[in-house]
Amino acid sequence: MSEEYILQVKDLHTSFFTDSGEVRAVNGVNFNLAPGKILGIVGESGSGKSVTAYSIMQILANTGKITSGEVLYKGQDITKFDKKQMRGFRGKCCSIIFQDPMTSLNPVYTIGNQLIEAILLHTDKDKKQAKDRAVEMLELVGVNEPQKRIKQYPHELSGGMRQRVMIAMALACEPDILIADEPTTALDVTIQAQILELMQELQKKMGMAIIMVTHDLGVIASMCDEIIVMYGGRVCERGTAEDIFYRSGHEYTKGLLRSIPKADGSKERLVPIAGTPINLLNLPKGCAFCARCDEAMKICLTDVPPQVQMPDGHYASCWLTYKKQMEETGGAANE
Amino acid sequence: MSSEYLVEVEDLKQYFPIKTGFFKTTPLKAVDGVSFNIKPGETLGLVGESGCGKTTVGRSLLRLYEPTGGTIKYMGEEITAANMHEHRKHMQMVFQDPYSSLNPRMTVEDIIGEPLDVHKLYSSKQERRDKILGLMELVGLNAEHATRYAHEFSGGQRQRIGIARALAVNPKFIVCDEAVSALDVSIQAQVINMFEDLQEKLGVAYLFIAHDLLVVRHISKRIAVMYLGRVVEIGDADEVYENPQHPYTQSLLSAVPIPDPVMAKQSQRIVLSGDVPSPLNMPSGCAFRSRCRFATEKCAQECPKLEDRGNGRQVACFHQ
Repeated sequence: MSEEYILQVKDLHTSFFTDSGEVRAVNGVNFNLAPGKILGIVGESGSGKSVTAYSIMQILANTGKITSGEVLYKGQDITKFDKKQMRGFRGKCCSIIFQDPMTSLNPVYTIGNQLIEAILLHTDKDKKQAKDRAVEMLELVGVNEPQKRIKQYPHELSGGMRQRVMIAMALACEPDILIADEPTTALDVTIQAQILELMQELQKKMGMAIIMVTHDLGVIASMCDEIIVMYGGRVCERGTAEDIFYRSGHEYTKGLLRSIPKADGSKERLVPIAGTPINLLNLPKGCAFCARCDEAMKICLTDVPPQVQMPDGHYASCWLTYKKQMEETGGAANE
Repeated sequence: MSSEYLVEVEDLKQYFPIKTGFFKTTPLKAVDGVSFNIKPGETLGLVGESGCGKTTVGRSLLRLYEPTGGTIKYMGEEITAANMHEHRKHMQMVFQDPYSSLNPRMTVEDIIGEPLDVHKLYSSKQERRDKILGLMELVGLNAEHATRYAHEFSGGQRQRIGIARALAVNPKFIVCDEAVSALDVSIQAQVINMFEDLQEKLGVAYLFIAHDLLVVRHISKRIAVMYLGRVVEIGDADEVYENPQHPYTQSLLSAVPIPDPVMAKQSQRIVLSGDVPSPLNMPSGCAFRSRCRFATEKCAQECPKLEDRGNGRQVACFHQ
């Protein structure tokens, strides 16, 4: 089982302990990541998608803590790793790139310095070899004149170039997993297209798995092998891009798709999701989405919906889908 | 002529002096010769990448900046040098960031009431309060929210407060500068629908500035595409999207991520190489030539002007 997947997240719970109480940002997230695949995590702000990514890397803020659950990397539970083991895990096994390439690079060091640091830390290369590797990486991510660039500071580069440097840094030690947390949100569309293309190209070349965290349904539609939709710290639905976009089994996913303008330009009126995102301080007992759901039933208020299995590993956590499937199969429940 | 268009902009120029040496300043040409018209009750979408000058156009229209050159006419009357106090009763703005554009020390009632105070649009306290409550209802806020402060609201609700403030003077024209960009998709749809409803009800015209091209297409009747301070293409929104003619528009539209897996796989991306040049150091001639597939020597020597291509479409390119 553990051979098949490079990363398995099992019933992950992460909370932030603030003055006003426990903010339960992630409430039982499960997913598996196969080697060399691209997994998309999509959701709105506060859905817990970034916190899930940070929990895997264990780079949560001081108030944040993984309260239960397992994160298995090649069968080893990394939530039990000590600080030193984690330092070895980050960068070498799993890297992360962030939304804002300006604040994630150190402004007082040259980019060469920052790239070489990562390489020296994780490999037994000497300084000269590390520098060669840095230049090679910059070339790989399409930074022109890499010899000159490694002597420059982050402020001398444009946003797209900085994101390329971040990607070079993340991939310098050839990790098995790359987590990209909203990698293109701060960039313009033409630059976004360049970066997404680059990530797909590198994925083919180097064969790492990618976890793509984003709120942009357009970004995940074109590049992910598998998508999970999150709301209120839980996974609502999991499936391929086609499953999610054409056969979605969760009311929240459907609502999201109805609230964005159609790609074919038809001027149909948008159907927004009523209400506002839930307050994580005060989670409802049942389905997190029930307060905004048009189809909410009594059971949605009191019980957390089960995973309803559909063909090809597609599942949705929704009572309505459960009910429909029960009716179709004549009561032979899958649960 | 004067009655057909609500807003007419001709050859608008907005330069900012940038210190490039101890005594030397260089003009940064944020907007360099932009012309367009907006009819009453129409939405013109303005798209382009960051730094192309779209926000500056919006702000110059309301004379939040003093334009360096060109003319702006409102209902046929030139307002380029006029006293704006009177005109701001007709032209308003909704800002991008619903967090920094509302005064945290004012109650919602005072925020929405301020334009009424400035323009003295009421005769009694009761009338002021009635007007404010009417506006709040119009944008979908409860009357009991009137005494609360901005921090007590979510992003979408704050944006509603900003819109109510803009509507307070009953304007004919609103500049929406990335008004929905900071919102989550589910909330974004609520606000977009509200913009559409208000236009139907009140007949306001919008200049809708945004970088999300699908949203702009959805809401706009016509769109203008800007690149480095100039309009490169303008026309009917659907026609521009279906059949873009300027090479920049073509690549910009092909770069839009499509929220539909099958269509996304079929689409051909024209990926532009390189970054947008610095506006302080623009290429000669056509500003886009450094990234253009079709660039020739003529592009380096001359700057193409917007030319009519029929059907209200104007394109600034020698080749297409």
